[in-house]
Amino acid sequence: MSENGFHFNLVCPEFQIGFDEVEMAVIPGVEGDFGILPSHAPMISMLRSGVVEVHSSKEGNKRIFVRDGFAEVLAGDVVVLAEEIVLLDDLDAGELAQKIQNAREDVADAKDEETLEGAKANLEHLEQLEQAIKPN
Amino acid sequence: MASLKELRNRISSIQSTRKITRAMRMVAASKLRTSQEAAQAARPYAQRMRDLLAKLSTHIDGGGALAEMPLFAGTGKEEKHLFIIATADRGLCGGFNTSIVRLARERIRQVENTGGKVQVICVGRKGFDILKREFGDRIIENWSLASTRHVEYKQVQQISARVEEMFEAGEVDVCELFYAHFHSVLSQKPTAHRLIPMRLSPESDGEGAPESSEASVEFEPWEEELLEALLPKALRSQVFQALLENAASEQGARMSAMDNATRNAGEIVDRLTIVYNRTRQAAITKELIEIISGSEAL
Repeated sequence: MSENGFHFNLVCPEFQIGFDEVEMAVIPGVEGDFGILPSHAPMISMLRSGVVEVHSSKEGNKRIFVRDGFAEVLAGDVVVLAEEIVLLDDLDAGELAQKIQNAREDVADAKDEETLEGAKANLEHLEQLEQAIKPN
Repeated sequence: MASLKELRNRISSIQSTRKITRAMRMVAASKLRTSQEAAQAARPYAQRMRDLLAKLSTHIDGGGALAEMPLFAGTGKEEKHLFIIATADRGLCGGFNTSIVRLARERIRQVENTGGKVQVICVGRKGFDILKREFGDRIIENWSLASTRHVEYKQVQQISARVEEMFEAGEVDVCELFYAHFHSVLSQKPTAHRLIPMRLSPESDGEGAPESSEASVEFEPWEEELLEALLPKALRSQVFQALLENAASEQGARMSAMDNATRNAGEIVDRLTIVYNRTRQAAITKELIEIISGSEAL
């Protein structure tokens, strides 16, 4: 771990992203959000779906949406394992609204139980994402 | 001997076959690259998942709690087997599908001979097509991944949710996944991977064991609950990893099969061309002889 902060890795099944020189990260734990500063005590925590905030001196502030994951703080480095990771900077609000609209229609159109369940889950996912952008 | 026209037709038809196989080879080569990349991109997640599981298990009273987790330890019985058989959705990839199915078939027979019960979930249409004749009554589900270009994590979630459901309902004691492990473009090895009971870090036995960390680690929430949430995810990541490997293997197998076919077609064209030229020459010579002998007779 360097003087300037810690290394922060976000890993999901499809890709991983890393941040250097992170001064602080705010992570949505199941038992409440928690902040991590350099030299944090080792811990492993379950996460709820929400937004991870990364404050890096090198790369600026980033907000990242994570779904259902784990955070691991060991030997000063932080790793978040999540099934889905979305960089909120890359997200387009208009596009998302359109997707939510489509998802609502899917729910309304669903004929059998299985597609209905799938559509509902999809809609819920998208709405969580929408919630995540809102506070901006 | 075939007539000149027939030979000409055969040569041109084999040439067009060669064009097709060559194109398929190139398509497979580029798909292979993307699926290899996808498999590589998924590796860190699977690796960290295994590490995390290993860390948790060492921190929780020497793995005792882990051994009590049903998903990890299984039910202690070996009666009801669930086989997930991953194959391709398309053919024309050499022995790829048949070799996976052969391995699975042997396993099914073996289990059934010892009195076990087998249920099968097919992933990929080809495996289903081959197996349905023989084991049609054991196949409970058939997934096709053909609708999307790549294996997506969402699809894996559906498949493994089904597995978890069956396990929790007590319909399954042992779950195995059959797929082709990607060694290289030329070699893909059909593999049976045991999902339930789970084995810790099968690839990094020994050296991959996590350094037992000095400091005590805080857990949030408590360890058992963490494990309970982690295990299904670990299961999913294993299925995902295997399906990605399988996709890469499929393209590799198709590439080498099409490469062989292209080469073979080339050889046949060469051989037929020689026969064609020889026949043509013989016809010309024959005509010449006829003319000469005709003029001599005058």
